[in-house]
Amino acid sequence: MKYEVVIGLEIHLELQTQSKLFCGCSTAFGREPNTNCCPLCLGLPGSLPVFNRKAIELAVTAALALNSSIQLKSRFDRKNYFYPDLPKAYQVSQYDQPLARGGCLEIEFEGSRKHVNLERIHLEEEAGKLIHAGDSILGADYTLVDYNRAGIPLLEIVTTPELCSGREARLFLEDLRLVLLYCGVSDCKMEEGSLRCDANISLRSTGSRELGTKAEVKNMNSFRSVEQALDYEAERQEAILSAGDSVIQETCHWDEEKKVTVPLRGKEGSSDYRYFPEPDLLPLVLQSSFVESLAAALPELPYERRLRLQEQYQLAKKEAFLLTENRELGDFFESVARQYEDYRSLINWVQGDLLYQLHESGKHAKEIEPRLLIELLLLVDKGIINRPVAKDLLTEMIKTGESPQKMVQERGIEQISGRDKLLPIVEQVVNENPEAVKNFHRGKKKALAFLVGKVMASTGGRADPNELNQLLKEKLIKKRTGGRMKD
Amino acid sequence: MKLYEHTAAELSRLLQAKEVSSVDVVHSFLERIGLFDPHLKAFITPTPLMALDTAAEVDNRRMRKEKMHPLAGVPVAVKDNISTRDLRTTCASRVLENYVPPYDATVIGNLRNAGMPLLGKTNMDEFAMGSSTENSAFFPTRNPWDLSRVPGGSSGGSAVAVSTAMAPLALGSDTGGSIRQPASFCGVTGLRPTYGRVSRYGLIAFASSLDQIGTLTLTALDCAFLMNLIAGYDPLDSTSLPQDEPDYTDCTDPEVKGLRVGVIKQNVSAGFDREVTDAVLKAASLLEKNRAEVTEVSLPLTDYGLGAYYLIAPSEASSNLGRYDGVRYGYSAEGSSVEAMFSRTRGEGFGSEVKRRIMIGTYALSAGYYDAYYLQAMKVRTLIRHDYEAVFKNFDLLIGASSPTPAFKIGEKTADPLQMYLSDVCNITDSLAGVPSLSVPAGIHSSGLPMGMQLTASPLREKLLLKVASFFEQERDPLSLRPQLELSEGGSP
Repeated sequence: MKYEVVIGLEIHLELQTQSKLFCGCSTAFGREPNTNCCPLCLGLPGSLPVFNRKAIELAVTAALALNSSIQLKSRFDRKNYFYPDLPKAYQVSQYDQPLARGGCLEIEFEGSRKHVNLERIHLEEEAGKLIHAGDSILGADYTLVDYNRAGIPLLEIVTTPELCSGREARLFLEDLRLVLLYCGVSDCKMEEGSLRCDANISLRSTGSRELGTKAEVKNMNSFRSVEQALDYEAERQEAILSAGDSVIQETCHWDEEKKVTVPLRGKEGSSDYRYFPEPDLLPLVLQSSFVESLAAALPELPYERRLRLQEQYQLAKKEAFLLTENRELGDFFESVARQYEDYRSLINWVQGDLLYQLHESGKHAKEIEPRLLIELLLLVDKGIINRPVAKDLLTEMIKTGESPQKMVQERGIEQISGRDKLLPIVEQVVNENPEAVKNFHRGKKKALAFLVGKVMASTGGRADPNELNQLLKEKLIKKRTGGRMKD
Repeated sequence: MKLYEHTAAELSRLLQAKEVSSVDVVHSFLERIGLFDPHLKAFITPTPLMALDTAAEVDNRRMRKEKMHPLAGVPVAVKDNISTRDLRTTCASRVLENYVPPYDATVIGNLRNAGMPLLGKTNMDEFAMGSSTENSAFFPTRNPWDLSRVPGGSSGGSAVAVSTAMAPLALGSDTGGSIRQPASFCGVTGLRPTYGRVSRYGLIAFASSLDQIGTLTLTALDCAFLMNLIAGYDPLDSTSLPQDEPDYTDCTDPEVKGLRVGVIKQNVSAGFDREVTDAVLKAASLLEKNRAEVTEVSLPLTDYGLGAYYLIAPSEASSNLGRYDGVRYGYSAEGSSVEAMFSRTRGEGFGSEVKRRIMIGTYALSAGYYDAYYLQAMKVRTLIRHDYEAVFKNFDLLIGASSPTPAFKIGEKTADPLQMYLSDVCNITDSLAGVPSLSVPAGIHSSGLPMGMQLTASPLREKLLLKVASFFEQERDPLSLRPQLELSEGGSP
């Protein structure tokens, strides 16, 4: 029997606010444990929550960007369970009246487009963090708790179960991340935990409508591990079903080292969270003018930018993708393009040498001043320097921030061009290398390159390559005719 | 007249006129506490040194002619479920026996800013769950009118402190009658303000949607002084009301003419103690004599109120009390696993009534039961609110008994939780509706015990309640309504 994979994702996102969801404590990462804490963060008796307006703004912005329908009236509920990282023994979350319902994100998968639908988006608070002394939870001698993280605003995004492979799930997540980055709602760092993803995955026989028994996969700490874990889990379930057995509904952990999913024992399989409306908060009522103003302030989103880049600068799809995914690079490209009209040449530099040198030097595009690249490109266009020199200057410019114009003036590395200047050098090289000249005449193309190299060497690489080629060919052909006549 | 015999309003006047010092006033009350509290046990943590420090500071400031709050130098007692910075706040529970809050409740900040010396933290039923103060994990408090009887609860300590002049004023909290019922058992005035009128920030939660801080005082005017200090919007409490608060002290005009008064049929029930009902009816006819329009009114949903209350309050409590797990503060038991630590901490830290309510609440919120219990109770609550809204279209004031009987005997109802729950039957619907509700003395029962009458108004009309209370005070001087406490040779009253 053939099976198809059905995956639904549950994404948690730490919103980029200065202060926590229900109190004024800082959300800064990496502080001394338990210092970003107030009575509320520690669950002290008598403490009460108060909404953080900024968190609500960011949540609404994210929901709007994902085409989700904002609910003008939503409600907060308590999700009750006992765990040492949960200071009040309940998490304030949204249960049956979420902030936003529905929504979708379009992804490109294997050349075709796919709409991935969202179930809902809601706000909730982050829990604290457990630090186990020892290798694992089970083997730990003791456990420490840090409540700095407790109360940071979290956005939960739930997709409908309609992704069909690990690869597709990964693409969806990467696109989602990009949208959220563009909205400025989160820094979306999976490695630091500000973006987290759990998945429900099940198999069903191809064509069937009913969902099979699912497993919940947790602890996938990178986009790659999402893909690997889900592909692994799909294969595991397929093997079980093919053998005529049935999948057990369970929660498992992705073991990054061993590359396997491991069932998580000891945690209650089906917890009863005893949700009920949070009596310490009033229902959240949004003015439609508030939502409208946030909608109007939405920045250009990645797919919009992709299309615009293609159109405005006549870029290839692949190039537009690059400039969208690498937002800084895209911003850099566009600020240069405002004053430099040869977009084709510009994109070639940007996606080629510039990107390479940024990687090499570990610098970011936003650290480079656009006017420096413009200077460099104009030097090339005017024939003042040649491409090889320009590449060297680019490397230095990125490293030091020095002006290419100034470097050219100081170092005397202008291009040598013009018959007058180049011909004597060409003649000298031809005369000094008779063997190569012979080889050229025997039809060996490498000989030309050799002679070009010789000229470049004697000019310190400054010869105008086009003119040099022209002159050299001219000279060699002349020499051959002359020779025959002599012979 | 001894200083401790004065009302807070009179003490305020004497202090402002510099006829007495706050240190003298505080000494006077501390002496009372020293004499009577060993027998009555109203205080869990007396704070005499703190009180004297504040008093001395206030006296100094007054000497320097600084502008002072009218209550500056007037001492106060506070129920031990209101958080006090650097002073242990136990909620009368083992689980918080050594808990010292690092912050002040908003109302405590108000008291401190006004310069009110804190005499101590008063006894209560554990986590405010109870109607007799017998559920305190430490000791029961005794009724000063009859030491074999309970003072009511859960704010029993605060009621006793005021009725015996161990404190001129006290703060309590009322979830389902916890201020009004002990006020009636001890013969003092107890106000449960409109839900949201006084900030809950720092009040240790029992049932968040019902909890409300209020006052226990000797007179309506004293209550007004305290309300002027603690009422108002608090940005730290999302459920606090944004409306400006009036000057409550402007309540001494005893005019009741034209007032539309409804005597709640269910709260002068035939099942109640006959003398209690008669006292309420007598008060009603006094109002009528003074040209108020008095008629009987029925609130038929009252019968469902108790049931709804005993689902909603325990449900919220089961969630609010989850945090006492031994991880961060309070009592912590050892355990071989986290789960074992949680259950031992909670098993040893909570008393039986608290456990009972946590279990009821957990059950009521569980999947499969939620709709039948919690949700149904919330629907009843909504209907009760509608009932009140309808009634207040035709009435300004509702009256009835504060409790079906005067104070009962210690131990009389401890074996039967349902009987104990029924002792709040008059108070609960007002709590569910969130309306202001006041218990005022209604005379002395033939047994020698005080009786109380409950006055209810529509939201934010506390001042009307205080006005009517002042009217009744004209008839019966509150100062004369004190239990007779005499010390025998051995020091027992």
